[in-house]
Formats: sequence, structure tokens, C-alpha cells
Amino acid sequence: MSTVRVLVGTRKGAFVLTSDGKRKQWDVSGPLFTGWEMYHLKGSPADPNRIYASQTSGWFGQIIQRSDDGGKTWHQPGTPPGETMTPEGTPKGESNKFVYEGEVGKHLWYDGTPHPWEFKRVWHLEPSLTDPDTVYAGVEDAALFRSTDGGQTWHELSALRSAKGNLWQPGAGGMCLHTIMQDPNHPERIFIAISAAGVFRTDDRGKTWRPMNRGLKSQYELPDPDAEVGHCVHRIAMHPSRPNVLFMQKHWDVMRSDDAGESWHEVSGNLPTDFGFPIDVHAHEPNTVYVIPIKSDSEHIPPDGKLRVYRSRTGGNEWEPLTKGLPQRDCYVNVLRDAMAVDSLDSCGVYFGTTGGQVYASANGGDSWTAIVHDLPAVLSVEVQTLR
Amino acid sequence: MIRVVLPAHLRTLARVDGEIKLDIEGPVTQRSVLDALEARYPMLRGTIRDHVTLKRRAFIRFFACEQDLSNESPDTLLPDTIATGAEPFLIIGAMAGG
Repeated sequence: MSTVRVLVGTRKGAFVLTSDGKRKQWDVSGPLFTGWEMYHLKGSPADPNRIYASQTSGWFGQIIQRSDDGGKTWHQPGTPPGETMTPEGTPKGESNKFVYEGEVGKHLWYDGTPHPWEFKRVWHLEPSLTDPDTVYAGVEDAALFRSTDGGQTWHELSALRSAKGNLWQPGAGGMCLHTIMQDPNHPERIFIAISAAGVFRTDDRGKTWRPMNRGLKSQYELPDPDAEVGHCVHRIAMHPSRPNVLFMQKHWDVMRSDDAGESWHEVSGNLPTDFGFPIDVHAHEPNTVYVIPIKSDSEHIPPDGKLRVYRSRTGGNEWEPLTKGLPQRDCYVNVLRDAMAVDSLDSCGVYFGTTGGQVYASANGGDSWTAIVHDLPAVLSVEVQTLR
Repeated sequence: MIRVVLPAHLRTLARVDGEIKLDIEGPVTQRSVLDALEARYPMLRGTIRDHVTLKRRAFIRFFACEQDLSNESPDTLLPDTIATGAEPFLIIGAMAGG
């Protein structure tokens, strides 16, 4: 019997929600790391028991946590649970150490002046598709780090910041590298996205990077709306069977690329607003895409107080509202960029968490929804593991 | 023997309850206390001071003998009552937000 494990990161800890394949009865465990901001938790596709988590605090900085037993127990990589010594001696305690390589350099500040790069936190952890010990970390201020020893040590793929990093600038949430996508057909190829810099691609495992933002237009955010970098990309998504087709929720505009990011065109179509944060693709239908429209960049609330997921079965442009089971009055929560995910059961499950602490699930591709939990702290991230 | 009190979140990370007791040879300063603390609890590296610069994190403060020593030089000798263990060295999360 298949089971589903939903990993939820919140402002005040992490939660693990589990169910069998029917996805009707849920067990809720947590909070883990109580009181800490849990930006992201994600399991390894190569070993579902291996889960990485980003634990952060304005007071105490960045902590990386790892579980090797599906979330039952956790430790800082390289520091055995409950011990301060290993047979090899005292651990070096470097699993939390994110240091930019080489010249730190400067990016643009909100007012357009140069500002030095400063590490703040890990927004997103992306385990390798094939190796449980290899994991990527997207951080603020934007950079990409990689660990090949299960999170014990981290090294920056610093060529990324050479891709016109001096022209990147922070979005309202900070200058975060929030999306990391590995191309299953081309192991050398990785896509990343940054607010507010745009999409970048490497075809050589991170040695060189190119901006991939042609076709994006940011009329009210950039002095040159068609600039090569600087666009506030909120999220990108792909279906693993079709990695050349990418979908994007930009600050404004829902976009699509059919050539692995070389060019983009708008597919916002009949959405009530094309501002939003998350975007995801159905597990079995590469042309079925989900977004959650939010009224505007200055308001960050659902239009008309109605929480609606929009689904396109046509790869964009034609969208239908999904409302069954979602609040359709007096609802003013937001859904953040890393807070939507899908499972891969035969009837695809779709999940999202809100800043009001609800985690909604649909076991039928979005046709109807139920709240697994109602009252968590504000949800920062949602990931799903389908366990067979 | 030096007594160190950590904030709750750092006690959880270090998996300790109550005060920590450290033996330090040589001068007892903020630096030598933190060096000894991090050597014994490497999971705390980076949480109190920066990994590279070793500067105190912005929202961390150091109290001892009812004084705020946060902005003292890390190489200034701590009061005798800290060095003898009569009083604890307090590592505090600043009272900002939360």
C-alpha cells in the first residue's frame, strides 16, 4: 500500500503529515525544531528516508538538519545525534557553514546602489535525483551551494554570481535563490531561479551559467522591461517527462518556455490576476498546471476573499477555478512560493499551505479539497513524498 | 571552571540541560570561553558568532555580573567571578521581536 508523507515548513517549526494512499485520514506529527523558521524540508528521490531541512533564525543563523529514517530522528550532518565526539575525533561543525567563494562582490540594493553579498539563510534544499549524499542549497543573498557528503560541508558554485550578479537585486522577500530544478534527461543541466534576478541555466554542472530570461517583461519593476537579468521570478516548474517545457509564475505574468528557457511567452490567459507565487505541474499530465492567483504585489491577498486554485489542462492560457472545499468568502491568506507540491499516486494529489496555517490537500487532481490541518503557524513550504 | 548559560534554542541544539561547565586554561576571555564552548559543542558553531570573522551575531548579547559585555573586546579578561565560576557567563538572544 502506498503512503504519502507531506513535509511542512512553518515560521515556528516543521510538521510531518502522513496518510495512506486514500489520503483521507492523516497523522500529524510535530512541531519539530519548535520556534525556528523552517524554510524548507525535502526528501531524497534516491533514498526517501534521507530528508534535509533548513532551520533558520534571525538570532542564531542557519542550521542544516538531516534525517536518515524518514523524519523520525534528526541531526546536524557530521555531528552524530547526542554525541560530541566521533571515532575520528571532534566534529568540525561545518554543516552550517555557507561561505561565498572568492571575491564577495556586490549586487544592487533596493535603491539601485551597490550592496555587498551577505549570507542570510537557506531558502531551498534540492537533493540530487540519483545520489542521497548530494544536495543543492539555494540561499539568500542569492547563490547556489552544493554538498556531496550528505550536508557535512558546502561549497558555492560561484560561477552563477558571475552571470551579471552585479545587476541582481532583492525582491520584497529578500534576494533569494528559491528554485533548483535538475533535468532528468541531461544530468549536467540545472535550472535555478532568483528573486529578483531571473532564471539561469548551467549545462556543465555549474561551471558556467547563462541568464534565461528572454521574453520576460517587467514594465513596472525594471527601467528596461526586457532586461537580461533583474526579473522577479517567483517560481518555475517542469514535468520530469518533458524537461524542455518550463512554467513560471513571475511577479506578474504566468509564463511558459518550450525550449528549456531560451525564450518565454505569456500564458496568463483568463486568470483573474496573473500575480502569485507557487506554480506546479500534475504528476501524470505534463500539460496540466496549477497556480494560485493573488490580487497584487501590494496586497498579497486572494481576489474577492476567495481562495481559488486555477488549473490549466492546456499548458496555460485556458484556466479553470478550483473551489470545492476551499473558503470562498472572507479568506485573506497568502500561499508562498515553495508551499505547493504534488504526489505521484495514480490519482494525482495536490497540496498547498497558507500563511494562515492551513494545509489543503486534493486527492483528485484539484477537483475537491480538504484541510489536513487548520491551525499551524504560517506555512513557508510544502513538499510531498510518495512512498510505495 | 567556567559556567555558561545558553538560550533555550541553543541548549536544544547542543542537547544539554541547564548550565554548561567548561575548563579553560589560560586567560578567561569571551574568545577563550567561546572557543572552548564550540570545541565541545561543534553544532553551535555559527550560531553565536560568525563562522569566518568570529564576530558576535547581531542579535546575541553577553551578560556577566549584571553587566552587558556584548561590545567589549573578545580578548578582554572576564571578571574574576566568571573566571572562578562564582557567577555564570550568560549568552542571551537579544530582546528584539520574537
